[in-house]
Amino acid sequence: MKIEGKQRLWDEYQKEIADDHYYFARSCIRQNFFPGSEIAFLRILKNYLHKDVYDDPHQTTCTGIAYHSALIPFETTRAVVARQFSLMNQAGYENFVPSCVTSFGVYSEVIETWHHFPETLEQARQQLYEATGRKFSCPENLVHTSDIIYKYRMEIARQSRYKLINRNTGEPLKVVEHIGCHYAKMFPKKGVGGAEFPSVLSGMIEAWGGAVIDYPERRHCCGFGFRNYIIKENRGYSLSNSKLKFDSMEPYKPDFIVANCPGCTYFLDRWQYVIAETTGKTYGAEGYGIPVLTYEEMAGLVLGMDPWDLGMQLHQVSVESLLDKINIQYDPAKKYSGYMNENIGIPEKPDFLKI
Amino acid sequence: MSLVELLKKDVRFQEGLSACINCGTCTAICPAAHFYNYDPRIIADTIQRGNEADILDLLESDTIWFCGECLSCKTRCPRNNTPGYIVQALRNLSQELGCFTKSERGRQQLEVKRIIGENMIKYGYCVYLDEIDLDGHPEQGPVWQWYKDHADSILKRLGANYKGDGPGTMRKISEEDMSELNRIFEVTGAIKRFEDIEQHCRVEIAK
Repeated sequence: MKIEGKQRLWDEYQKEIADDHYYFARSCIRQNFFPGSEIAFLRILKNYLHKDVYDDPHQTTCTGIAYHSALIPFETTRAVVARQFSLMNQAGYENFVPSCVTSFGVYSEVIETWHHFPETLEQARQQLYEATGRKFSCPENLVHTSDIIYKYRMEIARQSRYKLINRNTGEPLKVVEHIGCHYAKMFPKKGVGGAEFPSVLSGMIEAWGGAVIDYPERRHCCGFGFRNYIIKENRGYSLSNSKLKFDSMEPYKPDFIVANCPGCTYFLDRWQYVIAETTGKTYGAEGYGIPVLTYEEMAGLVLGMDPWDLGMQLHQVSVESLLDKINIQYDPAKKYSGYMNENIGIPEKPDFLKI
Repeated sequence: MSLVELLKKDVRFQEGLSACINCGTCTAICPAAHFYNYDPRIIADTIQRGNEADILDLLESDTIWFCGECLSCKTRCPRNNTPGYIVQALRNLSQELGCFTKSERGRQQLEVKRIIGENMIKYGYCVYLDEIDLDGHPEQGPVWQWYKDHADSILKRLGANYKGDGPGTMRKISEEDMSELNRIFEVTGAIKRFEDIEQHCRVEIAK
């Protein structure tokens, strides 16, 4: 069949996402701040989509945060990436899937650099061999974890227990989607929909019944800024950029925010808390914040996973308003229980932000 | 070797600057320009003019440390320049030459080294739960304190492998793997960079 018109144009914005046999690379930020999300990703792939995914104990950081804070030479990052690829080769995989958007950007940038400057590839081979005795070859397919959930969004919709629909009104939930800058702004061809029409999250939202909000600052950075957050004195940069987004999305009354980057999810959650505590301003209804989800949490909820098994009690902005809108069944008493229902107390309540 | 020639050795500089037309699109899209007295267009223009004294001023200035490296400029430049890459090359050279200690923002690299650099050396990750407390990160909020106080129980409930051997969320990285990472850091200049940052800052303090 000859593909013409808009379909042909849209095809240019697609990327190849491998069907199966994934080598999973963990994220420094996601595993610390949203530990349930990486676990949920692996469970969804194994238990719901029946895919082969390998969680390698030998990986380390990709160095992304250090690299983008100008702390380490580019040569170091390239050699660490080469080691990660060597581990993938050793495990017998060809499809590399990082959980972190910064990592995805780093892997994409390193591969592009090796392509455009072949001498840097030779240098990485020599340095890796000198340091570890390892050799490596590049992956056949490099995608972000959110790309895989996007690829199988219709299968997840088929297995779904809940839809992103307000049970009281019957209307689609209004969702702000935030895509990490390093997903497609650096290398548009590496992202579904490119930098202009990134659809990795909107595709999931619409497949699962929700409606995407298009607001003025939709593509503005969350404000991580690496050294602009790491250094306490600089942190106003991060807060100010997130606030710019909150102020821009507020008139559209979003039911929740979802992000594909672990850093963005964290900042959009925590800066709402800071704005509430320092100014009294809240962006949700009646003194609550706007719940901020990882896409793994969104997929997990749709599939009927327990929100507390997904780790959603670790958000500073509470998620119950969203759970109630969807009519998700959950046990409030179990939110803050520990392993085997151990009583471990509850967090203190913020002064202004209702939770 | 001139500063321009040193910059040209960095592949990011080669990729980042071809021919800037001074349109200012990068500044319009830049989150740092939104909140700081910062203008990536001027950086690109200064570098393009190639005046050594002006480039040295940049290397010793706060200016090159404002960028958040979101790389939004890469998407939008109509001439395929990337001011963010130019900044990366400037930051690298500023540290190689010790110029970073001349500016307040530059000297912050010492703190970046002591947080992120030492996390990587200690844990193999850039970030680790045990090192983040509310004094340093009040924005984490009370839920973080509860999480830290009960990390073993909470992470076990979620199915993580906190400080455990083998695969899983929050796993410990084995000594063999840490050894490989540290060897890469030695061979590729990261350890030297860490030592240089400490040394340059000691010299600056002694003044």
